[in-house]
Amino acid sequence: MGEVKLMKGNEVLAEAAIRCGCDGYFGYPITPQSEVMETLMAREPWNETGMVVLQAESEVAAINMVYGAAATGKKVMTSSSSPGISLMSEGISYIAGAELPCLLVNVQRGGPGLGTIQPSQADYFQTVKGGGHGDYKLIVLAPSSVQEMNDFVDLGFELAFKYRNPAMILADGAIGQMMEKVELADSKPRWTKEEVVEKNGSWATTGKPATRKKNIVTSLEMDSGRMEQNNLRFQDKYRKMEENEVRYEAFQCDDAEFILVAFGTCSRVCQKTVEMARAKGLKVGLLRPITLYPFPNKIIKELARKALGFLSIEMSAGQMVEDIKLAVYEAGSNARVDYFGRMGGIIPTPTEVVEALEKIFSWELSYGVKRSY
Amino acid sequence: MTEEMIIAGFGGQGVLSMGKILAYSGIMEDKEVTWFPSYGPEMRGGTANVTVIVSDTRISSPILQEFDTAIILNQQSMDKFEEHVKPGGTLLYDPNGITHPPTRTDINIFKVEATRTAVEMGNPKVFNMIVFGSYLKVRPILSLDNVEKGLQKSLPDRYHNLIPLNLQAIQKGQEIVEDVQLV
Repeated sequence: MGEVKLMKGNEVLAEAAIRCGCDGYFGYPITPQSEVMETLMAREPWNETGMVVLQAESEVAAINMVYGAAATGKKVMTSSSSPGISLMSEGISYIAGAELPCLLVNVQRGGPGLGTIQPSQADYFQTVKGGGHGDYKLIVLAPSSVQEMNDFVDLGFELAFKYRNPAMILADGAIGQMMEKVELADSKPRWTKEEVVEKNGSWATTGKPATRKKNIVTSLEMDSGRMEQNNLRFQDKYRKMEENEVRYEAFQCDDAEFILVAFGTCSRVCQKTVEMARAKGLKVGLLRPITLYPFPNKIIKELARKALGFLSIEMSAGQMVEDIKLAVYEAGSNARVDYFGRMGGIIPTPTEVVEALEKIFSWELSYGVKRSY
Repeated sequence: MTEEMIIAGFGGQGVLSMGKILAYSGIMEDKEVTWFPSYGPEMRGGTANVTVIVSDTRISSPILQEFDTAIILNQQSMDKFEEHVKPGGTLLYDPNGITHPPTRTDINIFKVEATRTAVEMGNPKVFNMIVFGSYLKVRPILSLDNVEKGLQKSLPDRYHNLIPLNLQAIQKGQEIVEDVQLV
């Protein structure tokens, strides 16, 4: 068993980065995730593992440092919060277009604009549907505990390198600021120069040997035919992710008539909601997407065959609910899909969610069958 | 066993650190713990509160509307949290600065003169540990051995010489806590 500590989610991100052999962190402070760089600076990993930690002059600079360093085949990352991720979005699109692996972290706060420093999940669309320009996808992991903040750093890097694609941990201010018991991973050494060449030498700028042509890292392709080929290759890659990398957790869904769907902090709230609703005799389950892209459509389609209704619980005006609707529609089910949430940095309470569930599905709860329109 | 509690008072009273020591003590007892603070501009001089959950099983929501226990250290927090104690739950408060004492009759109310006692002990900083001691007396969910280990874990090495003083304050808090009978 690894070392057990009481830590904030943000602190754990930093610790996990050092322990998983991360080569470089480039960032710019912003609440509510400033503890990431603060912890890294205090730990001075450059003395221990040689990891570079650099406070850039802006988010735009930080993401372009990530772009440059990722091109060398090394494990690099950045973290920010919502307005900072907006600034980084151009760079993220370039990184996805150049097919480079890296780890991004968004500890979301309420928007739009400067908004608030309190937690939010309103960057779902930005993260899952694009954010930057062009047809690209991020691998998106949504932690719901401090332990997962630890686990998803290593997993994020693993998936990023497996698909040569940026991966993002989409957390929120609550998980970043919360302390929980965490079992830290054992330390892994950073890749040696030889290992980087062996693993990533086919595409990264690791120094050109006489045996191969030079590697060019760019998102630019002026020939439309070739650019379309690039896009088709990206799309193939995304289909593979959809096939192989879906992760979710189903909690008391087997006999559930109503399925709450929630990720991150909201999924924790909903776990309690399920307990409270079950105590009242309501057959309620929780589906927690762990990967937001690729989205767990298949399980939703399966659940849609039996369930009377789905309720998406979000700290936003209702974004993920659209993906649930798509899946339910594709399943040919007439299960009703609705949304409940809070905005502006407010987290819904378990009691509120139970009340919302009873109100929204009052018809189904009374008659025990799907309502037809 | 699951104990869902809120500790609320002024920034600087040691609300957050009391919660942290409690959480660490829980870890020492092999429990699951969650420590969820209010964060933001209100922390600077204003009110501060932290939700602490200690449980034998996986912890669900860190966001709660009702608490098993509320530790209340100023009037603003009394106004906000008295009504959020579960029926049959526990409310522990320091009467210093409280102008409207709790009035509920369906919960267990305890009072600790922690501010005054801390001054009498010659170190206002042990205030929160006196309150913590009172809490452990009325809600004995953690053993004192593990609280001592929790203190060692949560305090930086340079403060370890203060652990005996903190333990003394916890002891004191256990002695002076008063059961408030409301009829």
